[in-house]
Amino acid sequence: MPLLSVRDLTVEFPTRRGLLRALDRVSFDIDAGEVLGVVGESGAGKSLTGAAIIGLLEPPGRIAGGEIVLGGQRIDNLHHEAMRHIRGKQIGTIFQDPLTTLNPLYSIGRQLVETMQTHLTLSDAEARRRAIGWLEEVGIPAAAQRIDAYPHEFSGGMRQRVVVALALCAEPRLVIADEPTTALDVSIQAQIITLLKRLTRDHGTAVMLVTHDMGVIAETADRVAVMYAGRVVEIGPVVEVIKHPAHPYTEGLMGSIPSLEHRVERLRQIDGSMPRLNAIPPGCAFNPRCPKVFDRCHGERPELLDAGVTRAACWLHADRAATPAERAAHA
Amino acid sequence: MPEAPLAVQDAANAPMLQASGVTHLFDVSKPWLQRVIAREHRQTLRAVDDVSFAIPRGTTLSLVGESGCGKSTVARLAVGLYAPSAGEIRFEGQPLSSARAQPELRRRMNMIFQDPYASLNPRWRVRDIVAEPIRAFGLVRAQRDIADSVARLLTQVGLAASDGEKYPHEFSGGQRQRISIARALSSEPEFLVCDEPTSALDVSVQAQILNLMRDLQLRLGLTYLFISHNLAVVRHMSDRLGVMYLGRIVEMGSAETIFRAPRHPYTRLLLDAIPDLELIGRSRTPVGGEVPSPIAPPPGCPFHPRCPLANARCRSEKPRHTRDGDVLVACHAVEEGRNTT
Repeated sequence: MPLLSVRDLTVEFPTRRGLLRALDRVSFDIDAGEVLGVVGESGAGKSLTGAAIIGLLEPPGRIAGGEIVLGGQRIDNLHHEAMRHIRGKQIGTIFQDPLTTLNPLYSIGRQLVETMQTHLTLSDAEARRRAIGWLEEVGIPAAAQRIDAYPHEFSGGMRQRVVVALALCAEPRLVIADEPTTALDVSIQAQIITLLKRLTRDHGTAVMLVTHDMGVIAETADRVAVMYAGRVVEIGPVVEVIKHPAHPYTEGLMGSIPSLEHRVERLRQIDGSMPRLNAIPPGCAFNPRCPKVFDRCHGERPELLDAGVTRAACWLHADRAATPAERAAHA
Repeated sequence: MPEAPLAVQDAANAPMLQASGVTHLFDVSKPWLQRVIAREHRQTLRAVDDVSFAIPRGTTLSLVGESGCGKSTVARLAVGLYAPSAGEIRFEGQPLSSARAQPELRRRMNMIFQDPYASLNPRWRVRDIVAEPIRAFGLVRAQRDIADSVARLLTQVGLAASDGEKYPHEFSGGQRQRISIARALSSEPEFLVCDEPTSALDVSVQAQILNLMRDLQLRLGLTYLFISHNLAVVRHMSDRLGVMYLGRIVEMGSAETIFRAPRHPYTRLLLDAIPDLELIGRSRTPVGGEVPSPIAPPPGCPFHPRCPLANARCRSEKPRHTRDGDVLVACHAVEEGRNTT
């Protein structure tokens, strides 16, 4: 049984001009200890998926359908108070900007201790000892001295390390990391990614890594889900999705990323832009921009279909199911 | 100080823009009264430190580096938005300040900014935004001719002529950046400074804008100074490349050579730190440490606290640029041959 199972998750925003469907039947699983990358361009719904899972949708947004199951327990219909215990204890979160995650008025030690004591039964001394341990583990130099420092006394990279410690200190089974390195410089980004990979592996924590940076996904994730206009269009093992994308959108997205390894005269481009939520075309949402569009794409929305080793929401794969050998190779 | 402006030797033909020994200081002191009470001295931040380069006509020079390395300050210096504290910038062989005073030269340089949401006036129609440089320089006088030019510019950047009637908020980020490019092209410039033109955009839109910029360069013979923190984008766009760290250019030369064989330890660190699609599941040991404060940069080579090759000389003596093939490198380790590991 997967650790997290999201089935047909639909999120809607009622507005004056009608109902906007921001997530439309999103389904995926995350196994224990697995890193699932979620990629897509701005507005594809990747952050919203994370927010829906931890029960922090901004009103008037609401879950209009589907279910979220964490470790056998349904969590999408829980009461506000019950959800508070899930957050932190079961699901840790890391956001893009460490300054909005950390409380500027409390020392980082106090924030760590408070988080641990809320979710674990620990004495003050034990909590403080563990807080120092966590700070050492995330690479804060002189942790025992700096534990009483305030967030503003740290640099951006160091703050993000504190946020990683804060997300992991109550020993959750799942961490949702929403663009954890986007605000950082590349050399600091590399440090944080390495840290996140090491810690989640050591503690057996599953990660849902939301980012727009395919490079970060390539390096970190086991599997990747590609989102477009509030839907998952392709999901599969990271190597396959990057090297042999089955959905024309994924193919275009990979081609449009400039590479360090070789220089091309022209980048592949996907013409046009992602539709606005109030103007999603019927059928496949990608059909106006798709180079391989055909009749069926305009009328019917494709579900995730087997496309070799990945699953893609594309009618091109309607008659193509994976051979048993292909599945066995990636099982 | 470099003996002669090294940039001169770099350019085969007369460069479009040439910077020699350019330094820019920002005064970051506290207000006078606070300073007197606390008995502190004035503090200056050396954002750009003795930077020299030349951009030959029709080519792209990119400057790359992490936040705070001074690349955007160089961009602003290059179009005269800041005056250098020391050193000189020449545009078409004339000092930049006098070039800017002549409308005929001034109109030949323009700038594209990072944020297409902040750089377009929300109260103006697109046609007026694009026409402003045409009116300001009096390139075309008749209303109908201005309208024709605007329509031509909008089509050139992949928008419809009828889009001129709309306001900026009706466009997406990528389309707004196209409007910025149309505006930058409307004074018929030859030299464009592009400060992170695609970093606010999604990758598929970034590809559209980069392709457009390359097409325009080929068609109109434009010269670019391209500023970016994204090395993959820089590789795609540049002929020549300068890598900046704490206000200094640490390595400069042909982009192809630098990407093939980076010499400076910082360039290597940057290239190694970038997650790349080709390197799925790679594990590595990232270089530790962070960029020091430019208010109190380390003595000697500013990179020495993070450098795996640093020794006593690096901690005390500022490295000069030395030529290694078609690349200039400021590193004692490279000069002494200590980098062959």
